[in-house]
Parts: sequence; structure tokens; C-alpha cells
Amino acid sequence: MTAPVLSVEGLTKHFPVERGILRRAVAWVRAVDGVDFDIAPGETLCLVGESGCGKSTVARLVLRLTEPTSGAIRLGGTDITTLSESEMAPYRRKVQMVFQDPYASLNPRLRVGQIVGEPLENFENLGTAERNERVGAILAKVGLRPEAAGRYPFEFSGGQRQRIGIARALALRPELIVADEPVSALDVSVQAQVLNLLMDLQEEFGLAFLFVSHDLAVVEHIGHRIAVMYLGHIVEIGPKDDVLAEPAHPYTKALIAAAPVPDPRARREKLVIEGDVPSPLNPPPGCRFHTRCPFVFGRCREEVPLLKEIAPGRRAACHLLDQPA
Amino acid sequence: MDAAAPLLSVEDLRTHFFTVDGVTRAVDGVSFTVNAGETLGIVGESGCGKSVTALSILRLLPQRIGRIVGGRVLLEGEDLLGLDIGAMRDIRGNRIAMIFQEPMTSLNPVLTIGEQIAEAVRIHQGASAADALARAEEMLALVRISDARRRLGDYPHQFSGGMRQRVMIAMALSCNPKLLIADEPTTALDVTVQAQILKLMLELKERTGAAVMLITHALPVVAETCQRVIVMYAGRIVEMAEVTELFDRPLHPYTRGLMSSIPRLGAAARQKRLTEIPGLVPDLRKPVIGCAFAPRCPLADDHCRAEAPPLTEHLTAHQAACWKAGEAA
Repeated sequence: MTAPVLSVEGLTKHFPVERGILRRAVAWVRAVDGVDFDIAPGETLCLVGESGCGKSTVARLVLRLTEPTSGAIRLGGTDITTLSESEMAPYRRKVQMVFQDPYASLNPRLRVGQIVGEPLENFENLGTAERNERVGAILAKVGLRPEAAGRYPFEFSGGQRQRIGIARALALRPELIVADEPVSALDVSVQAQVLNLLMDLQEEFGLAFLFVSHDLAVVEHIGHRIAVMYLGHIVEIGPKDDVLAEPAHPYTKALIAAAPVPDPRARREKLVIEGDVPSPLNPPPGCRFHTRCPFVFGRCREEVPLLKEIAPGRRAACHLLDQPA
Repeated sequence: MDAAAPLLSVEDLRTHFFTVDGVTRAVDGVSFTVNAGETLGIVGESGCGKSVTALSILRLLPQRIGRIVGGRVLLEGEDLLGLDIGAMRDIRGNRIAMIFQEPMTSLNPVLTIGEQIAEAVRIHQGASAADALARAEEMLALVRISDARRRLGDYPHQFSGGMRQRVMIAMALSCNPKLLIADEPTTALDVTVQAQILKLMLELKERTGAAVMLITHALPVVAETCQRVIVMYAGRIVEMAEVTELFDRPLHPYTRGLMSSIPRLGAAARQKRLTEIPGLVPDLRKPVIGCAFAPRCPLADDHCRAEAPPLTEHLTAHQAACWKAGEAA
């Protein structure tokens, strides 16, 4: 097995809730609470879950856009959590990000050429002509014309802007791209264009993706492996086909059942789970899913289930899996 | 078919937006009917005119900018476009109710949940404050908010997104409307909550007998909830059919493109790449000559680019606006 591009161990982020003039922490939002995973070169790991499950926080932690409370983030074997800003620099170019909102994530006052060229300016000592050439080549890769370099973001549609964001992330030839809901703001017809583009680029450059999404159907198309998160924990992780075909965790089952199917003949009685996701400010004791789980029993309310191997490459955290069938 | 007159009949509706950049033809000659008790879905991508159609029916367009420049909207035979403000107010929230996309911003943050639901009942049905509040409690229980009596005194911020959308549904159904217009009611919600809300809406529709006009960008949501579907593109209706018919035999190339570009669970093994619709939605400030979809259509020829196709019946109760309806790509 090749060494992973990214390896995350015991990653935790607790945000303080501050009160008063002294800004004393009166409570902690346990956004990410002990998460482990690896990503191999050229692989797409999808983080799935509902709002507040911590998936976006994980994405930001991996880039150290948010500082972790504890845990290790290893890029090519080096733990980057303790590096200073200047020591971080060489690692920054290995990992780039594509954001959810194609409107807010591009500076409206910069031309597209400057936006895509900025990473090159920061990390590579190129002459203007050479830089422009590189920018043109990258724009072509994402399906934009070279003239786009001279225009401003407002002149482009949402899908085209997302291509600009992808071009910027590609500029430094990173090993890993962290993409936080990159297609959820786009219309379906455009969403398909961007998903296809991401898959083509992965093939061409051997990119690894950490792909954050709430949409299982999108994940099924782009992912190799899936990690399902609920309230700061990974509840199930494994190869895409196995997890979707035979989900082990009741939450994964519920997510799959809830996804609407584009076939009017397939209307069926669904496993509709009740209630909303509880607040991560005060997560339920024991298994965090027990308040909504249709199969809850005594032990779930007291003991946190551990993420255990259930098949080669597959892990799930549920007490039911310990029960004799 | 049904001999009874339709509940709502929209005839050649045209809504334009007048801005400094020019005139946008947001809705450009749309005609359809909603029958009593049916669930009609209106699908399309951003800017296709689906929400503006809904806002035009209720005459809630942004003042001065948005104007209905032609057509009729008949509710049980009465043209809503000719009513004065007072008469229109008697209709909104009473005979036609609406649920909006944003459960976070469509409730008043400084009024209690109970006051907000009771308000409509008091105004439209002349109920006393006590009776209106009792009705509010009944409605909250109906949308399955536990401990309804106590929660009447809560404010919107004390409710989660899914619960706020339940409150919106309770409010919308409190006066027993004939028609419920739901504009992307589940788009802002998580999938597990989305499933709960759609199920609840359909159950309550059965109970109250209201017709539902569901506006959404998501074909899967339509497949799961609607009886009849309208597909819109660039301010016009491009296809209209009963739901299974539409999914079995989509006629318009745009509908086909939409269907094949949706990622489906379980389909990835069979088809690795998603089918894209190339290109972009047209700019509605410029006059559209010919079929608006022609620049993105794999079948388009000179006829399509020169003359706009009318909406015509190609199969039984299945209409499409395409010169090449049903032809293979």
C-alpha cells in the first residue's frame, strides 16, 4: 500500500461559547470530536452528513484555516499541527481548497488572471509572460477560454465561477484538493459539468480529494470511499459501494432512505427518522444518534460506541453490530 | 377528464421586471390549470420563472420593478389581477396560502409562534383571540410539534429549521386554503428532515383537500410527491404531463437533459460520467428568437432557431413545446 497523502488522527475541535466582558468560555461546541481517516494518492474520500455534523470544520482543520484543539494532521508523514506559519508554507501548496459559494469565494476586484495567478505569484518565481502562459493553460484545463483571464468574476455564471475556483486550486499542482460542497450551489445541469470536470482532473493529475457533501447521489458519483459523520463523530467509513449497498450504521441507512429518488414508480414507505439533529453544544450521552435511532436500546444511552472494523477496510460505530444477529 | 372547472387557471401570464439594465421577461406567456385537490409540480433551474409565476398569482411581486404585463389568473372563475388591494388581502393566506423556502427568515422574530399562527385565523375568519389561539394549538399539534400548548409562547429562534418549516405549514393551513403554493419548501433543510416535511405536507393535503403547487428545482422531489408536472425554461413552459408519463417518456430535450444530469443513487456503477447540458441559460433581457433552448439543444436546426415552438399535445395529456418532440438525440 502506498503511503497516504493525508492522515488524520484523533482530530478534535471544540469551539468556546464566550460570555461576559472577560469572554470566559461558558460552554464548548464539540464540532469535531476525535476523527481518524487516511486519504491515498489519487483517491476521493467523501465526508457526508447533515448540517452541524462537523464535516466542514474537518475540511478547514485539514488546511489549518481553523486550529485544531487536539489531534494530528499528517501530510506525507509530517504532522503539520505544530508547524509555524513559515514552516507551513511548503505544505500549503500541497493542499488547496475549493469553496462552496462561487460568488463569495472570488475577489470581485481582481481579474480572473490575477485570481488564478496569485498562488503562482506566492509560491513560484515566474516572469510575467511565463505566469500568464501557465494561467492560460490552467484555464484551458477547466474549460475556460484564455480571454477569461482579462475579465472580472461578475461576468461569469455560477458554474463558470466554480471553474475559476477550481483553476485557482489547481495552479500549484497540489496533491490534495479539499472541496467543501463545491456543487451544492449550482443548478443540476451545471452541477453535472463541474462533477465531470473534477473527475477528469483527478484522472489527469492523480489528485486526491477530500470532498465534503450532504448529497449521497453526488458522493456516489465522485467518491471512492465514504465517511459518514454525525455530531462530530465518524459513524461509518468504508468503500463507497459497500457503504451504500449495505450500510451498517442506522444513520447511514436513514440518510440513504431519505434521499429522494427520481422515479415516480419507486415511491415507497421510507425509514423516515424523527426529529432534528441535536445541538453539538450539548450532544446526547452515549451514542450521539440514540435520540433519533429506531433501533435504540439501553446500552446506546450510556456507552459511546467505538468505530470498529466490521469488514476489511470498513468500520462502523454502533452497539447493534456487537449483538448476535 | 374532469368536467368540473379548474380551481386555478393561469392564462398567458406575462411578468416582466423593469430594471436599469433593461426589461427581463421573467414569465413569458405561461398557461396552466390547477385542479381541486391535486399536487402540481413546477420544476426548472434558477431563473426559469417558476417562483415569479407563484409570486404573480399572489401579486407579491417587488413593487415598481416587477409588473404583470398580460394574462389572467382565475381563482374559481374570478380574475385575481383585477382585484383591489383589500380584496387581494382576503385571498392571501385564506384561499391561497404560501410556504416560502427560507424557514429562518419567513417568520417574524419578535412575535411568538402562537401569535403568528393565530393572526391569520383572527383576520380571515373573524375568530376571537382565544379561539384563534386554540386553533393555533390545534394546528401545531397537527404538524406534530410536541407539547403544542407550551410551545405557542415560544419565539422562532427557539425552533430548529425543520420545526420552523412545520410552523410555516401550520400557519399556511390554518384557514383551510383551497390552494397551497410551496416554493422550494425543503431546499434549505437536511435530507432526513426534508423527507419528514414532504411526508407531512402530503398527509395534511389529503386531510384538508387543498391543492398543492410545489415549486422546486429538484426532479427527484417532484417524482416523489406530485401528480402532474410542468417543466419551465427561460420563462416558458416547455413540457407538461402526468408524473409517471413525464418520467417514462420525456419529450423535450431539456427535460431529458435534466433527467440524465441528476446523479442517481445506484446508477454510478452503470454510468460513470454524468450527462451534461452544455452551455448556459439565456439572458432574458435580450429578446429570445426561436426556441430558447436551441443554443444548448443537441437536436436544434434552423427552424428551431427561427421560430419558437408552441406548447402542443404530442401524446395523450402530454404537451411539449418542441419542433422535434420525442425525436432521439
